[in-house]
Amino acid sequence: MSLSKQDLLRAYRNMKTIREFEERAHAEIMNGQIAGFTHLYTGQEANAVGVCEHLDPEDSIISTHRGHGHCIAKGADVIGMMKELWGSSEGLCKGKGGSMHIADLDKGILGANGIVAGGPPISVGSALAAKIRDNGRVAVSFSGDGSVNQGTCFEAMNMAVVLQVPAVFVIENNYYSEHTNIDYAVGCDDLKARTEGFGFPVFVADGSDFFAVYEAAGKAIAHARAGNGPAGVFAETGRFHGHFVGDPQHYRAEGELDDLRANSDCLKIFRAKMAETGELSQEELDAVDAEVMALIEESVVAAKAAPRPTPEQVTEDVYISYGAAG
Amino acid sequence: MAEKTMRDALNEALHQAMAADDSVFVIGEDVAGCNGSQGEVGSVGGVFGVTSGLYQAFGPNRCIDTPISESAIVGAAAGAALMGMRPVAEIMFADFIGVCMDQIVNQMGKFRYMFGGKSKCPAVVRFAAGGGFSAAGQHSQSMYQIMTAFPGIKVVIPSNAYDAKGLLLQAIAEDDPVLFFEPKVLYQEACEVPDEMYTIPFGEAAFVREGDDCTVVAFGQMVPKAAQAIDALEEEGISCDLIDPRTSSPLDADAILESVEATGRLVVVDEGPPRCGLTADIAALAADRAFKSLKGPIKQVCAPHSPTPYSPELEGFYLPDAEKIKTAIRETMA
Repeated sequence: MSLSKQDLLRAYRNMKTIREFEERAHAEIMNGQIAGFTHLYTGQEANAVGVCEHLDPEDSIISTHRGHGHCIAKGADVIGMMKELWGSSEGLCKGKGGSMHIADLDKGILGANGIVAGGPPISVGSALAAKIRDNGRVAVSFSGDGSVNQGTCFEAMNMAVVLQVPAVFVIENNYYSEHTNIDYAVGCDDLKARTEGFGFPVFVADGSDFFAVYEAAGKAIAHARAGNGPAGVFAETGRFHGHFVGDPQHYRAEGELDDLRANSDCLKIFRAKMAETGELSQEELDAVDAEVMALIEESVVAAKAAPRPTPEQVTEDVYISYGAAG
Repeated sequence: MAEKTMRDALNEALHQAMAADDSVFVIGEDVAGCNGSQGEVGSVGGVFGVTSGLYQAFGPNRCIDTPISESAIVGAAAGAALMGMRPVAEIMFADFIGVCMDQIVNQMGKFRYMFGGKSKCPAVVRFAAGGGFSAAGQHSQSMYQIMTAFPGIKVVIPSNAYDAKGLLLQAIAEDDPVLFFEPKVLYQEACEVPDEMYTIPFGEAAFVREGDDCTVVAFGQMVPKAAQAIDALEEEGISCDLIDPRTSSPLDADAILESVEATGRLVVVDEGPPRCGLTADIAALAADRAFKSLKGPIKQVCAPHSPTPYSPELEGFYLPDAEKIKTAIRETMA
């Protein structure tokens, strides 16, 4: 699979945008500027971007509580997202969803999701709609190593096979479901094999390498898009922050985070590859960095200035119509 | 006009809705039946027969059998609805809400709000609900009471075949998610049902009886029981309004309050247990907003705070009936 220069720049820009969005969100949360619970995607950027680079706006994704990265990779408006974190009525979800529920249906983003494995069944429904309409669309659900132990995930995977729908299950193994290691929480030794046991192919990737994820996701998405039923992507990855912002991370081994940041940073790995192939110059990448930093700054300035919601908005958008009766 | 059972009326509504709009499909366990077996696919048509003939008429892409996976069924309906389809999912027994609660309450019911009003989820989930079948604790609950508490979903409980057809067609036309509870003891009950398509708007109660002395509000299978009680009391010179709200969310509060203001008395009847139920909800509504009109105590007629028992005698003691409703009306009149 060859990527044009434009593709490479877009992929890098998206990964960098996710990184800086998350790092700035982290800083602003620590400053007390952002309310609620936030789960950062820093370190896992190559997964979201490697998958979403294969998708059109008409394809759908559904995400997790760690959802900012997937939303940005699928084209969500970064300024609207930052306003949403700020709880403004101009946020992408009018301040009704916050970090865990960012969605943009026009971009095919069926939402981040506060319930672990809440998404896969819904994604099967999106894939079912594609199958019924025979429109060539695929539906991707992102899950983690925690999500795969939920019954809803099992139900969704089995049903996707039974109904032969174009669902793609992306499993990002960041090794921790909250504070518990996969070695404890996944009962079998081979999660890929367990997933394949449902009856669909699973393509494995190093989740710190954009190109590896891009290749594996390409195979899985092509399989589903061609009408061969569901497929999976299994990526090993690492989150650079805790489960949530403020997590003391007692579960980390000494030096684990330093090692992750030094050796599993998808941005560094991408840059190194570009230096090796010469497809993008360091100057071109630096220019993207500057552009991204400016966008993130702009988003924070805009979020701080954005209007606050008003009392009557509390009960808006519960229903499309509820009649005169209450 | 032909008499049809509630089952046939619901089945007719599904046939007509699917013929009229190719975004409508049904999905659930055995809605077709016999898939992967020696039997003829489509020969089941739902365990209560409500989806009968849909497989034959519309094929496997629009009458979709699933594994026994209620969360995935509701999720599939919710996801397809987000993408513009109008699914009608069947969850067989309402009790099974216990295994798909998250997909109903936290997912489909909250999309629109959490997504800032930018999504639409026109999914219907149908359930066979309520007692009267000696089906014991896990197959007899009515469940619509607790689902009424959740903002973002609409809750429908038809009490007769005519309403069932019109309300189901309305449910399918709704752009919000709808939970549709079919009292299973009423499937075989018949009344006159037009052949053509028609809708009954949500949030508009039906006045099943009209009277001056007491307002009786009843839901689902309690409506015919309340009517029986009221007709018997007519001979004693007591006349009652009987209000069937038909939808508990939205609730036609105005109809109830206007009636209570006129009669000064209120009896609320439901087959569910008493705590945090619909009878308590409507009693509170009247106490809050029509207190000064009240001439007697608000009476709640409902099941006791116990699971539904199996034995036919025990279930008979458990469920409200016309005698219990009559007693309640007499008590508030005393």
